[in-house]
Amino acid sequence: MKVWLLHLVLIAALFAAQFLLSPYHATNLARIMVLAVFAMGYNLAFGYTGLLSLGHALLFAAGMYAAGLSAQILGLTAGPALILGILGGGLLAAAVGLLALRTAGVSFMIVTLMFAQAGYLTILYFGATTGGDEGFTLPAASRSIAGFDLSTDTPRFLAALALFGAGLLASLAIVRSPFGRTMVAIRENEERSRMLGYNPFAIKLAALVISGLYVGAAGAAYALLFGYAGASFATIQYSILPMLYVLLGGAGTTLGPFLGAALMFALIEAASGLTSAYLFFVGAALVALVLFAPKGILGTIRERWVKWLP
Amino acid sequence: MTNFANPTRRGLLMAGGAGLLTAALPGYVGAQAAPIKIGFQLHRTGIGASYGRWYERTAQAALKLINEGGGINGRPVEILFEDDATDPKRGSEVVDKLTQSDGCDVVMGTLFSHVVIGSAPRAGELKVPYLVCSEGYHVASGMLNRWTLQPGITDVRSQISSMAPWVSGNLGKKVTMIFPDFAFGHDHRDFFTAAMAAQGGEVIAQIAIPPTETSFTRYFPQIPAETEVLYHVMVGPAVLTFVKELGEFYGSGAKPQIFGFIDSLEAVDTATPGLEFLEGTHFWEAHNRVKPADAGEHEGHYREAVGVDDNGASISDAADVATYSHMFSTWETLFAIKAGMEAAGYAGPADRQKFVEAMEAMTDLPYGIERPQGAKVFNGKTHQVFGTQNISQVQGGKLVRVHSTKLEDGLYPDAVDYTTMSF
Amino acid sequence: MAFGPFLLLALMEGLVTSAVLALAAAGLSLVFGVMRVVNVAHGAFFMLGAVLAWAVATFVPGPPAVAFIAALAIAPLAVAALAAAADGLILKRLDYDPEATIVATIGLLYMIEQAALSLYGPNANPVQAPFEWRIQLPWFGYSGYKLFVVLAAALVLLALWAFMTRTKAGLIMRATQVDRTTARAFGINVDRVYMGTFALGAGLAALAGVLIVPISQAHYLMGGDPLLLSFIVVIIGGLGSLRGTLIAALVIGLSDGVISMFFTPTLAKILATLLVAMVLVFRPQGLFGAKA
Repeated sequence: MKVWLLHLVLIAALFAAQFLLSPYHATNLARIMVLAVFAMGYNLAFGYTGLLSLGHALLFAAGMYAAGLSAQILGLTAGPALILGILGGGLLAAAVGLLALRTAGVSFMIVTLMFAQAGYLTILYFGATTGGDEGFTLPAASRSIAGFDLSTDTPRFLAALALFGAGLLASLAIVRSPFGRTMVAIRENEERSRMLGYNPFAIKLAALVISGLYVGAAGAAYALLFGYAGASFATIQYSILPMLYVLLGGAGTTLGPFLGAALMFALIEAASGLTSAYLFFVGAALVALVLFAPKGILGTIRERWVKWLP
Repeated sequence: MTNFANPTRRGLLMAGGAGLLTAALPGYVGAQAAPIKIGFQLHRTGIGASYGRWYERTAQAALKLINEGGGINGRPVEILFEDDATDPKRGSEVVDKLTQSDGCDVVMGTLFSHVVIGSAPRAGELKVPYLVCSEGYHVASGMLNRWTLQPGITDVRSQISSMAPWVSGNLGKKVTMIFPDFAFGHDHRDFFTAAMAAQGGEVIAQIAIPPTETSFTRYFPQIPAETEVLYHVMVGPAVLTFVKELGEFYGSGAKPQIFGFIDSLEAVDTATPGLEFLEGTHFWEAHNRVKPADAGEHEGHYREAVGVDDNGASISDAADVATYSHMFSTWETLFAIKAGMEAAGYAGPADRQKFVEAMEAMTDLPYGIERPQGAKVFNGKTHQVFGTQNISQVQGGKLVRVHSTKLEDGLYPDAVDYTTMSF
Repeated sequence: MAFGPFLLLALMEGLVTSAVLALAAAGLSLVFGVMRVVNVAHGAFFMLGAVLAWAVATFVPGPPAVAFIAALAIAPLAVAALAAAADGLILKRLDYDPEATIVATIGLLYMIEQAALSLYGPNANPVQAPFEWRIQLPWFGYSGYKLFVVLAAALVLLALWAFMTRTKAGLIMRATQVDRTTARAFGINVDRVYMGTFALGAGLAALAGVLIVPISQAHYLMGGDPLLLSFIVVIIGGLGSLRGTLIAALVIGLSDGVISMFFTPTLAKILATLLVAMVLVFRPQGLFGAKA
């Protein structure tokens, strides 16, 4: 009960934040919430199921382009485009999973990395449609949902919050369900769970597809809320970012992805205000953080103090 | 207000002092002396960093000149630089930060097209004028919005089209193109191919290099033997490798005429060992890196202000070669902002729309210290400026201007009329 | 160009790519194999080697060959020292936890790249090859230095192989790789082995950087691609197998070169990438890895 309460309080606090924060910080919070959905999806695969992927940029781009291109070419509005984006992420995750899950550990890492690289090049190859590296801006008409204009502050914030809230509660439900426990069982010991009668391949595939739905939703939402789709989101950096968010916040914790995304955003924001050599301080901060909290912030807090954290 | 309309240097210093006081004494004094703030998205890190450094230096030099001349509308001007990491996501966040957090009046955009395209929607939402220095065709193509303008540099479509007559008349009719396989390269491919066809020439092969590539030799055999002119353009950190490998490939053997966009050698010394084969080859330059003998009267002053010697390198370090054919855009854009704000009687963010309308009303922009690259014409409908281009030949390891285009050579029919769009 | 010379050039280029890959991957293969940690900063060590070579070439007078030899000695040592420090100050305290190490080495990567940008600058600067020798074939010219890199890569790998199989230090490293608990029980100072391995891996990366910089210029972001490619080579080759690393580098380098003859460049890259991924899908333990 107190677990659910904690998550609901966070969502309520975020809702209240839009009235307390300046428009600038509120918009940044909307960005962070969408990125947190990206990281939550990554966390379900990596943090809970132990699938260390270096290819989640591919799924993010799948959502982004499924939504962006359907808005651009078919003239869909945000609602249907978002659904296509979610499906795009899930379908591609299934396709990748069917092949890549034949491997494990570091091989899985490399196979997903290479699929993502091939995906990035494919976006460039079909540049006439996708706009290649330059990308394209989404038509203004597509950026609305139920009559609300997503390019204005309040609807954008609420849309991001709705997506984040739904994602957060769903991820909590998933990890506390029997299915979620088998995910963790596979992470901890795949052989034992096989002997207990589970089918690790099917469970890992399901986890990856769920992860793909999340990441596709985040990619689609990013395009729809901020009005741009481009190939840079398919590069390796965007595979590393969610991993960094998750590891920083705490892998295998439901709130870690949000915390990690927010922290990383704040870190860059603060350091770039202090010095033009800000990446050095971001790097130093990462090293310091991991020295103090090797399991990520929430992971370490859970280990030492608050055992009931999900 | 009259003493601010035409201030002396002393007046400006006082204004600066008053600015310092604002923190302690908000109100009347501060309101009058408050500087105009210009946000500047800068490629400080990422693959555009060598451009960013020179963009910053050039903008600082123009800013100094503007403030010495009394600022804008009698108010001092300030530039706030913010790194965009040469990344569209961060670029859009930076527009946000400069506008909403730092309170800038307008925001200047940067070189790489993907950053500009990624940032323009946010500028449109914030209704903040976004003045880009990217030479991309994305402004005049109609892809962006009414708040985005490119008043400081001719776009790549115009640059390329104006090259074709000279290339086909002087170098040859059968052209092979090598370009990066992304949108910037595709602009070259499409517009040069069309412009050559109009001149009775022909592009016989198009070799698009994947942008992840760091070595290029393996693609050179795809250059057909009957090629008369090899047209090359490359961007990013691998440009020098590209050109050196081209030299190794041709070696001392027969080679076609070579025509390149200076992008392939921006920030690179033409006398670098390994580039000897470039002797006699030609380059497009927007602004001649090596000061031409017949340079205009303002060229010397501009170089001195930015800190560039007659060879286009930093005064303090001859090995530090400028991105000379692109960086003038930040200088000219700043002066265009000044002209636009003064025409609009700009007083604060409430006048942003008036400022854009004043910019759209601009047409002839004569040669002067405000425009050291040359006279230009601004097209208010397409939000794009048009100027002349230069062709230089490498002679004795230096780029020597051999041809200048006429302004008309680079004009093309309007693809959009932004003035009919709503704000 | 006729098919024959075209193929010849594609093979030569493929061989050079293979050599570069093998050099960059050798150090990573060690670190990854022995310590089982993913060192994201490996590419940054490679970049540091190249940038230091540029610095040495700039400040050491005399012909390029002298500066080059000086760089070959100085850069790997300096980078190895830096890596040893990073190991002692950071990685050891994390107890080489695989996940924490990823975050720490990402942080290290940011710090090194920013330091290079601030101190060295954003430009790609050339470093002269130790000798100027261009082979002029009837169809095309070719850099003699590139062929030297192939030779150098072969020598470095041979030396590394000899070190791992013929010396006591190599034996200790292999023992630690197989089972670090047992190794510790036999009185091996695992901490020192790890520090040495990490430093050696970084030194090899820097050495690769020095060898490659006359071909591909020194730039502060140049470490990204070698990092990815080295990972791919190491995994395809089979974890901890030096022979596998070499063969994987050859397979990837040559297939990349030859495939690029038949398709438009970007399509060729897509196909080559998928092909390599498929090798791993159908042989997850890599070409020479032990069956899991």
